Amino acid sequence: MNIDSIRDGYVIDHIAAGKAMRLYQMLGLDGLDCPVAVIKNVPSRKLGRKDILKIDSRVDLDLDVIGYVSPNATVSVIRDGKVTEKRHLAMPQRLVGILTCRNPRCITTTEQGLRQEFVLSADGRTYCCKYCESPA
Amino acid sequence: MTRHLLNILDLSVGEIDGLLRLASEIYDRPADYRDACRHQILATLFFEPSTRTRLSFESAMLSLGGNVLGFSDAASSSARKGESVADTVAVVSGYADVIAMRHPKEGAPMVAAAHSLVPVINAGDGGHYHPTQTLTDLMTVRREKGRLSGLTVGLCGDLKFGRTVHSLLGALTRYGGMRFVLISPDELRLPEFVRRNCLDATGVPYTESRSLEEVMGELDLLYMTRVQRERFFNEEEYLRLKDSYVLTPEKLRSAKPDMLILHPLPRVNEISTEVDADPRACYFRQAHYGRYVRMALILALLGKEKIEP
Repeated sequence: MNIDSIRDGYVIDHIAAGKAMRLYQMLGLDGLDCPVAVIKNVPSRKLGRKDILKIDSRVDLDLDVIGYVSPNATVSVIRDGKVTEKRHLAMPQRLVGILTCRNPRCITTTEQGLRQEFVLSADGRTYCCKYCESPA
Repeated sequence: MTRHLLNILDLSVGEIDGLLRLASEIYDRPADYRDACRHQILATLFFEPSTRTRLSFESAMLSLGGNVLGFSDAASSSARKGESVADTVAVVSGYADVIAMRHPKEGAPMVAAAHSLVPVINAGDGGHYHPTQTLTDLMTVRREKGRLSGLTVGLCGDLKFGRTVHSLLGALTRYGGMRFVLISPDELRLPEFVRRNCLDATGVPYTESRSLEEVMGELDLLYMTRVQRERFFNEEEYLRLKDSYVLTPEKLRSAKPDMLILHPLPRVNEISTEVDADPRACYFRQAHYGRYVRMALILALLGKEKIEP
């Protein structure tokens, strides 16, 4: 399987296997008109299997989304065909405007102009609504 | 920076102890404080009906020589016209020195605090928190029991939507030697976020039971709660669960002679009126203490009395 190299864009590597399509949707990549490659179930020494996303454009990437969906993912920034920066992600402390609170009693369901905000719990694994503290 | 009270955990144990000391001092010598808030205004923004909490706040401010304005249900406010909490509070905080707010939506006081120029007190937000009820509960236990440690506390009834239970648990887990017995039907068990934040995070021991009678003899304190019709989307489920626990003199036979019975009120039928004459029943005294802790809190938030952290 041949996929052209990226000239100017990003390679999101070490995505947990099976999470690439969720990331593709949450990052809004379906709205781009540049080449985007979704590579699934690639053999990996570290993870066993992994997914990869390649984006051939300098779009604004929301790293919090990537850290939330797959905290072990890496993001390589490609400029003129070369890797200029490699970022290791972690679960972000806050997620703003990414998740929606499912608690029907939460103030976010009625208050105009209030952005959804979730905070990482003390366990370091789950997110809770900043306002009502319901789990994501 | 403006100080608010949204969650009982906004206060350190030292601050809670300071507030309870001040509340007891006011209780014993109310005349010394009757002009402490002269010419100051408390706004009571009650987007949800309340009798005790609203009147208790108003009585507290009036007893301090201050004034009160506000509304007692959303229908008589601009919320009916669709005004947001943020806008309502941004306006009202220019008319008052301190705001007490009750709202059916969870987290609404946090929104209010972010838009207020003056201290905001959470007077209950949905099934979430009710910190001034907790201060009331703590004052009751301290005055009636003489201590706030080494107690086995039974929490009975609606532990899912019972905001007073959530706040009380958060506060009591910070005192030493506490043990909890959670008594509820499966459908009204303690929510995950409270279990995680208050119990698992602190390692405080607790057990769960569906039967009040089975655990009655272990308890130093029994905190009864009402199954709240307004928290249910499904009337059938409310009807099925509303009489899960009814405390009667017969059930109290196996209780310790010095066990305290608390209830945040209003009571519907979860405590038989025959229990009222039992010296262990202290829910009406508890309601009276509420006025004094709210006086202490208003004084502290307005900077009239310094509470050491």
